[in-house]
Amino acid sequence: MKIVCRCEDITEEDIIKAIEEYGCETLAELKQLLRLGMGHCQGRTCLILAAKILARKTGKNLDEILPSFRPPVVPVEVGLVGGEDGK
Amino acid sequence: MESKADVVIVGAGINGCALAYELAKRGKKVVVCEKNYIAYGATGRCGAGIRQQWATKENALLAKKSVEIFEKLGDELGYDIGLRQGGYLIAIHDEEGLKQAKKNVEMQNSIGIPSRIISQDEIKEIAPILDPEGMEAIAATFCPTDGHANPFKTTYAYAKAAKKLGAKIYKFTEVKDIKVENGKVKKVITNRGEIETKYVVNSAGAWSRKIAEMVGIEMPNKPVRKEALVTEPLKKMFECMVISFKHGIYFSQQEEGQILGGIPSPEEKVGYYTQPTFSFLKHMAYMLGKYAPPLKHVRILRQWTGFYDVTPDALPILGETSIDGFIQCNGFSGHGFMIAPMVAKLLAQLICGEKLDMPIDRLSMERFKGKITEEKAVVG
Repeated sequence: MKIVCRCEDITEEDIIKAIEEYGCETLAELKQLLRLGMGHCQGRTCLILAAKILARKTGKNLDEILPSFRPPVVPVEVGLVGGEDGK
Repeated sequence: MESKADVVIVGAGINGCALAYELAKRGKKVVVCEKNYIAYGATGRCGAGIRQQWATKENALLAKKSVEIFEKLGDELGYDIGLRQGGYLIAIHDEEGLKQAKKNVEMQNSIGIPSRIISQDEIKEIAPILDPEGMEAIAATFCPTDGHANPFKTTYAYAKAAKKLGAKIYKFTEVKDIKVENGKVKKVITNRGEIETKYVVNSAGAWSRKIAEMVGIEMPNKPVRKEALVTEPLKKMFECMVISFKHGIYFSQQEEGQILGGIPSPEEKVGYYTQPTFSFLKHMAYMLGKYAPPLKHVRILRQWTGFYDVTPDALPILGETSIDGFIQCNGFSGHGFMIAPMVAKLLAQLICGEKLDMPIDRLSMERFKGKITEEKAVVG
C-alpha cells in the first residue's frame, strides 16, 4: 500500500480506482471523490504525486493536469535561500 | 458521441444526474452534456444540507418527499451517499420570528414534517457548543429528520447508476446552440457534435439563463456569488445544521469532523465573479465565534465560492415552456441539492407522460406574470 495523501489517508490504489471506475480525468474530480488535497496541507504533498498517477493512467501531459505553481509555495526566508556565500 | 437521443440534459449537477437516472430507469435514451465535470457548479460547492423546514408548502413538500427518497437512495443506487440525519436547528431571534416560526411549524406538521419549537435550554441540549446569547436566539425550531448528504458521493451515485442503465454522460462537452423547428426542440449542438432530440432539459444551474436564451426564452434568474469556508477536522461535537434566516448563517460539522459553513458576504455580487473575499472570511469567522464560542480556536483551512441560481421568489423553475420539448429544471436559489430526488422524479414523470406525484404547474415560469409568493426561509 502506497500512501499518496497523508492528511486524508488516500492510497495509490484509491486514486487508480477513481480513475478506472469513475472516469476521473482531473485533479478536481479526484478531490471531489476522495478528498485528495483537502486536508491540513491543502495538497502541497499529494497533488504532484496524484498528477503523476493521472498522467500515467490517462496519457495526458503533466502540464495539462497540474495547476500553475509559483514556487516556493511555502514562505521561506530570503537569507535561507540565498545562503552566505552565493554558492 | 450519440447523434440521437430521447432527452438531452444540459448540466451534470445533482439535478441533471438525478434526472438522467430517473429517465434511464424509465427506458429513455438519455445524454447529459456537461461543460466541465460532474458537480463542477453549485452542487460541488454547496453545504449539502437537507432541510424540510420551509415557509412555502411547495418547497416543504418537495423537501419532505426528497428526504423519503434520500433515506433509501444508497440502497436503490447501489452506492453510499453519506446521508446523516442530525437535524436542522433554526434560530428564532424575536417575537415576530417566533410568530412566523409557529406558522411554519404548523404547516410543516400538517404535511407530516416532524419540526417543533424548542427553548434556549433545548438548544444547549441538542448542541452544547452553541451559545443562545451570542446567537441572539430566544428559541429555535428543530426537525430531527433534516440532515446532510455528501454532495459528491450523491451526484456520482446517481451518475453511475444512470450510466449502468445506459445513460451517457459527456464531460467537458459544452452546449453551443439548440435548434428549434416549428416551435419544437430539434437538435442540440455541442463542441463535440450534434444530437437530435425531442426534449432538452435546462439544468445548467447558474448558467441556465444562457441556455434558455438559445431557444429565445428570457429568464428572470440571476447568478449570485456565495462563499463558504471549512476548518480543520475535529472530533464529533454536534450533529445538527445550525442556521438563521436573520443572519443568513449556516454551519454544521461534517462526517470527517470539519466545520463547514457560509453567510451572505458584504461584497456579494450578481455575476460570475469567483474570487473569494477577505470580507466574507472576517464576517463568517466573527459570526461563527458568536454562535459557537469554542470554534474561535479552530483553524480555517480554505474558503471558496459558488453560485446560487436565484429566482425572484426563491422557488425553482420547473416544467414545460412555450417551446415544445424545452423543459426547465433550474432556479433552485440555494436549495437545489435537498430537493433534487423529488424534482428528478417529477420531471421524469412529466417527460414520460405519467401521472405526477404532485402538481408542479405553480413552479413554471408562467407564475412571474402574476403576483408571486416569495420563499423567505432562505440562508447562505
